[in-house]
Amino acid sequence: MISARPVRLTVNGTQTTVTVEPRATLADALRNELRLTGTHLGCEHGVCGACTVIVDGAAIRACLMLAVQAEGAEITTVEGLGSAAHLSALQLAFRKHHALQCGFCTAGILTTAHALLTDEPHADEDRIREVISGNLCRCTGYLPIIAAIMEARIAYSDVQCEAAQ
Amino acid sequence: MKLPPLDYICPATLTEAIAALAVHGGNAKVIAGGQSLVPMLAFRLAAPSVLVDIGQLPDLKSISISAEGIDFGALVTWRDIECDTRLAQVHPLLAAAIAHVAHYQIRNRGTVGGSMAHADPAAEMPGIAVTCDAMLTIVGPNGTRILRADEFITGGLSTVLEADEILTSIRLPLWKKARRWAFEEFAPRHGDFALAGVAAFYDIDAQGLAYNAHIGVIGVADRPMRLPGVEAVLDGRRIDADVILQAAAAARDAVDPADDIHAEAAYRRDLLGVLLERALARAADITLPEAA
Repeated sequence: MISARPVRLTVNGTQTTVTVEPRATLADALRNELRLTGTHLGCEHGVCGACTVIVDGAAIRACLMLAVQAEGAEITTVEGLGSAAHLSALQLAFRKHHALQCGFCTAGILTTAHALLTDEPHADEDRIREVISGNLCRCTGYLPIIAAIMEARIAYSDVQCEAAQ
Repeated sequence: MKLPPLDYICPATLTEAIAALAVHGGNAKVIAGGQSLVPMLAFRLAAPSVLVDIGQLPDLKSISISAEGIDFGALVTWRDIECDTRLAQVHPLLAAAIAHVAHYQIRNRGTVGGSMAHADPAAEMPGIAVTCDAMLTIVGPNGTRILRADEFITGGLSTVLEADEILTSIRLPLWKKARRWAFEEFAPRHGDFALAGVAAFYDIDAQGLAYNAHIGVIGVADRPMRLPGVEAVLDGRRIDADVILQAAAAARDAVDPADDIHAEAAYRRDLLGVLLERALARAADITLPEAA
């Protein structure tokens, strides 16, 4: 029997330790141990993008990373982007543009877009389309998603300019 | 599907990693980014009892350029290549090909070493390595061996790597400045596996004739391969529309793709011809007649 082991993580700014078997993916650890069920598991083999979270600044598929591989990492999930009372600019843009319908893919698209715009606040439409091509959405037809991300760019470019100076 | 039960070791040195592999024999598997291996585990296409994570090994994360070539540590990611501004100049064919690899999130984790060791027949990195005669460094309990990429890959998802060996680096030969080149592939969705792809380059002599043609293809056989018959059509010729059409015909004749759920053999063969025409036209900077 392979025993569970402790893994130290910082999730949405809070340090925590989860105890998981090595075969647990990061998505499993977030959902089952930390009850952060905003991270959705669609395909569990790296195709749909629904489980995207941000690990040390980089968007990754949480179903393709073992939790034990995230030892010491800083992780942002959709719960870390905003709250129901204080939606982020990106989330507000999604609401305004009706960029979600069933919502299953939305967490992964929000985290992907957040990572992209944090790195590349001036990403053009082609770049946004290329990046979002890794996230499957069966409802929206993508156009409102692209529109929402395009509109949210301004909120990130201000931050970026301050950081650059 | 959830992953099968397995143990996990994260060694701090290459020696420890090789020792761990040797202890577990064929029951251990090396993991780095896991972008190919974890889906294999989820599908039970692989079920090792132990994963040996080489992600924390030192000195495998850099891209270095020297008089001998361009060296990629096995842990270099697609994102590292994308962000290295030297590569568009130093190896434009590689930079163009890697732009097609997978999706945003996978590009942050997937590694060049993992892609080579996984040896998917449609993957770009093995295709470039074979096309460009890359040399691969493999370390095992008995020391180091260096193999050319086409000797390394032995078939679909198969390589010469023994259970206790680790691929540590990939060296691409230096790129000539005036070289003509192009990379073309077709995938139903950007970032998905290519149905077929072509990596092409050749040099031009003082008379304007092509020499040193290298034509590599992906997605049309059980492994990436060069097409010597196509290269023979190009070498010693001035690359014009006629030569390109001859080369495309030779390419269609040279491959024998399998039918699968993504495309029929005849479609892949035809697609390869079209992609080679496009690649060579781009490399030669000419426009082919519409009828082609």
